[in-house]
Amino acid sequence: MNTATAKPRLTTSAMIASIAAEGQRTKPAPFGHALVELARSRPEVLGMTADLGKYTDLHIFGAAFPDRYHQMGMAEQLLMGAAAGLAHEGFMPFATTYAVFASRRAYDFIHQTIAEEDLNVKIACALPGLTSGYGPSHQATEDLALFRAMPNMTVIDPCDAHEIEQVVPAMAAHKGPVYMRLLRGHVPLVLDEYDYTFELGKAKVLRDGADVLIVSSGIMTMRALEVAKELEADKVAAAVLHVPTIKPLDTETILREASRTGRMVVVAENHTVVGGLGEAVAGLLLRSGVTPVFRHIGLPDEFLAAGALPTLHDRYGISTSVMTERIKGWL
Amino acid sequence: MDTTPLGHNVALSERAYRIRRNAVRMGEVQGQGYIGQALDIADVLATAYFHAMRYRPEDPEWEERDRFLLSNGHYAIALYAALIEAGIIPEEELETYGSDGSRLPMSGMAAYTPGMEMSGGSLGLGLSIAVGIGLGLKRKNSTSRVYTLFSDGELDEGSVWEAIMSAAHWKLDNLIGIVDVNNQQADGPSTQVMAFEPLVDKLEAFGWHVQRINGNNLDAVVAAFDTARGDVGPKPRMIVCDTRMGCGVPFLEAREKNHFIRVDAHEWQLALDALDAGRTA
Repeated sequence: MNTATAKPRLTTSAMIASIAAEGQRTKPAPFGHALVELARSRPEVLGMTADLGKYTDLHIFGAAFPDRYHQMGMAEQLLMGAAAGLAHEGFMPFATTYAVFASRRAYDFIHQTIAEEDLNVKIACALPGLTSGYGPSHQATEDLALFRAMPNMTVIDPCDAHEIEQVVPAMAAHKGPVYMRLLRGHVPLVLDEYDYTFELGKAKVLRDGADVLIVSSGIMTMRALEVAKELEADKVAAAVLHVPTIKPLDTETILREASRTGRMVVVAENHTVVGGLGEAVAGLLLRSGVTPVFRHIGLPDEFLAAGALPTLHDRYGISTSVMTERIKGWL
Repeated sequence: MDTTPLGHNVALSERAYRIRRNAVRMGEVQGQGYIGQALDIADVLATAYFHAMRYRPEDPEWEERDRFLLSNGHYAIALYAALIEAGIIPEEELETYGSDGSRLPMSGMAAYTPGMEMSGGSLGLGLSIAVGIGLGLKRKNSTSRVYTLFSDGELDEGSVWEAIMSAAHWKLDNLIGIVDVNNQQADGPSTQVMAFEPLVDKLEAFGWHVQRINGNNLDAVVAAFDTARGDVGPKPRMIVCDTRMGCGVPFLEAREKNHFIRVDAHEWQLALDALDAGRTA
């Protein structure tokens, strides 16, 4: 075989099972395992999906509790309406699909059958923000904006496997509808190295620093912690405030941290710059008369490209290296 | 004018008369309302609430009740009329219909009204919810049923067919769908807006037990409800009801058919008079 003429292999990760970097510590299917654990003591918990059980880690629940698992077919509107019906009868359905399908296709069903009646449906959706290389059909870049705008809805964007394990029982403890951004497969394990416990509605300082305050949610908190370490090498002290609950926002903690003088505030989100955590924080600060130097890292208001995730994260400015450089440029 | 024979269901015909009368009185309060639809569906509601369904007027959330979902939320005026007749809502509240602070808003919502099981109005939701309720009742080993009333126009919604396919998949023999074929939706005759016939063949092909009846013939409606509640196999049931907009008030039946029938101020009393004239009990 003539290897000399072989073409170089192109970088690709169009549909990868995990957003973990190579060599990163991970935990398999934390959502599925946490839900099984929860269901042992909560007989009202059910699992429902629209032909994405295997792709949202719900198949683990289905294997453990086959008689409490409802495959609703590739029909997201039906999935949400039927989940409302089961909640109406006193059950607590965890309904899973991709974030694009819940937020775009099934929005009215969630709005009218679940949120308007404040029913106890838990919606967990994979591929949030830019975590798929398939292009706009699979990139839920506006899910937080849409669900933030929906009355009664609680919105959670967890960072890693450690947090997801705690979010699942917290979703159940909260009465009412919840939307959770789901990380699936081999999910990075980051927050176990910090003294961190998830509390619904609470933002938490993961590390302190006098020069920059990075306010972030979801996988951007993982990035923010990496950025803070890189900035440290340049003698820049960056604090990281993790805001996993997008709604209701922990206004008290955000205002307290943003009010500390001399710190630039950078909000970093895996979401379009329209209507997500960045604008939520900006609006809060402005309404409260807190006006630090404010910068915003998020996805552009455009249909994003298909391709390999590391390439796309670099291109759209949410990779660790690009974030570090931008923040240094702002200082 | 076609006068539908009443057969032996004289007591139900009085219920239907009173439901129609309640609806017309509510229409008069606002000077408007979906009165054409309320009049066409009154016989179905009379049969549901005074022949078929299990419920306790003093306890609308009684666990053993049959559930009734109003998918076509603009029919709320008709369901309120039935809930008043059933004693779930006091008759005097009829005067508040559609007014600020009323428990009887123009479009039905669960949080507002005792006995209203869902928030309709965004059309095409009801059957999906019914699938979940049907599954939930089976999980609880309940013998209660879930009835879902929806309109022929809702057949245009893809989600309705998702639910139709799913209900058969899950063999929901506790689900009874009622589709009001009055052949009228917002932009015109339903069959012209979007061809949905042959409806019975389609529903049967989807795995449902299907009956098609004159929804303004009480004997036929009662028989269909009895069959649907009987043993027709492990499949969901659909009753396709062909109805006449404005049924019971001849001058409204004769009026040019519209989704929203125009009624002049002086005509509400004429409508009540017409109902009285047709009263058989």
